[in-house]
Amino acid sequence: MSEHLQNTITMIQARNQVELEEFRGEYTVFVDPEKIQTFMLELRDQHDFNICMDVTAVDYYPQETPRFHVIYLLYSMPHNVRLQVRTRLDGNHPKLDSVQGIYTSANWKEREVYDLFGIHFTGHPDLRRMLMPEDWVGHPLRKDYPLGYEEVQFTFNFDEIMINKPHPKD
Amino acid sequence: MTDIREVSVDELRHLVSDRAMTGETMLLNMGPQHPSTHGVLRLLLELDGEVVVNVIPDIGFLHTGVEKNAESKNYQQSEVMTDRLDYLNPMGNNLTYCLAVEKLTELDVPPRAQAIRVILAELQRISSHLLWLGTSALDLGAMSVFLYCMRERELVLNIFELVSGQRMMTTFIRPGGLWRDVPVEFEATVRDFLKAMPRRIKEYDDLLEKNEIFLDRTKGIGILTKEDCFQYGLSGPVIRGSGVAHDLRKKQPYSGYDLYDFDIPTHPEGDVYARYRVRVEEMTQSLRIIEQALNKMPYGPVRSNNRKYVPPPRSEIGVSMEALIHHFKLWTEGFTPPAGHVYAATESPRGELGVYMESDGTAKPYRVHLVTPTFVNLQAIPVMSRKHYIADLIGIIGSIDVVLGDSDR
Repeated sequence: MSEHLQNTITMIQARNQVELEEFRGEYTVFVDPEKIQTFMLELRDQHDFNICMDVTAVDYYPQETPRFHVIYLLYSMPHNVRLQVRTRLDGNHPKLDSVQGIYTSANWKEREVYDLFGIHFTGHPDLRRMLMPEDWVGHPLRKDYPLGYEEVQFTFNFDEIMINKPHPKD
Repeated sequence: MTDIREVSVDELRHLVSDRAMTGETMLLNMGPQHPSTHGVLRLLLELDGEVVVNVIPDIGFLHTGVEKNAESKNYQQSEVMTDRLDYLNPMGNNLTYCLAVEKLTELDVPPRAQAIRVILAELQRISSHLLWLGTSALDLGAMSVFLYCMRERELVLNIFELVSGQRMMTTFIRPGGLWRDVPVEFEATVRDFLKAMPRRIKEYDDLLEKNEIFLDRTKGIGILTKEDCFQYGLSGPVIRGSGVAHDLRKKQPYSGYDLYDFDIPTHPEGDVYARYRVRVEEMTQSLRIIEQALNKMPYGPVRSNNRKYVPPPRSEIGVSMEALIHHFKLWTEGFTPPAGHVYAATESPRGELGVYMESDGTAKPYRVHLVTPTFVNLQAIPVMSRKHYIADLIGIIGSIDVVLGDSDR
């Protein structure tokens, strides 16, 4: 582990209750969903993690509760280290504070997570669907969303399919 | 029967300025079929006369659900889909995917395979930059460069056809090494290409550097500051065109890039011209890397000897019971990496291409997420194009090298 990452982790562990996980030389910290904004702000301003490479999520339905993990991949350009921040989210109306004001790059990434997982980011200025059509029903990357083997929707059979279509729990 | 919904300006109220609501500025749709958006990119422009007030990019027209599909396929099968993401960089995509799998399984890669991977990835970078140079010059009215660039790109595609049998969707780089060793003609063909290229790059320079119209339409257009680059998480030639010497090949070397000597071209201006210069100079650097890799290329196997992940050679299957069992297991069930998650990133021609991969210990990945450079870079279009003319917007879109297969996945 690089010296900067070591210092960062000791400092944030002293102030917050965070779990640390290591796999293949990559470090992951778990934080509470309520604290995400203050935590990210601290990482950006005090520990030089100036770039948010990615925001994504993983769905652990049905084997784990809370079912979602939202993942932030941070990168510190001056120190050349990466850090993964994870937070656990309940599947019942999943809601999380937006970090769009801290890292502008999270704007589209959060829209993508909203689109594909149905996680709402409160405080996001423009939470619309990103990749799927705007009238799409359901969130495709959830594990209870069916994969393929569906009849193709055209205007003439739209209603018929919509009645029988399995809907993921929203 | 559902009706086609009409989108009113009211729904976009939070995105446009107040002047659009009174009709003082105009909202104009550009794309998704516009030739200069390089694919199915739709831009909603707010215009004050001919001046751009705001741009609202709309992507997703090429969404193919690769991430969802990967969850139902095993590790070898998912790799085929990575070719189709960024269709100008299939070798680089394969490489990134394989690096993620190798990190997850702690698989070793023989030195010969590493060298060939570097050569192929750099050839791919040259071919991608050539296509970029041709099309973006075409957008700005320089027709002949396009024809020359396509001519040279053909040479690279011929090399890919020689090694893998495919020109674009190669799937040549596999977890643990390569599909097979390169044929004997490979070295001579690449050396011919290396000999021809420097003169050709000079030719493009002559065509564009002395072209008044090209210079007028690129210099001082679409300026991005360093702070913008960090805020928007940009990478690749875009960030190097703003004077940040960031290149993953140097910063976090993979596949033995640390063995080769090369420079990172940077230009501090941050305009369209700087990005153009960075890419052209990168082609020369790529040629340097290829030459060194060819000179140093060791002999030996091109696939790892770890039979739990990599299939045995065909010659062994007839005589060894274990080889037959491994072959059968690998092609029916697939391999089962330990549970965990990794992130592997490479420097693609467009920026940082990352693969986030999560395994639950079964033969299929639990989650594959692709962090693609075009998706990130497109977000910065509004910052770059405000207060410029529509005609300049064309140059700006060209300068970030849009590949919609990459952004929509």
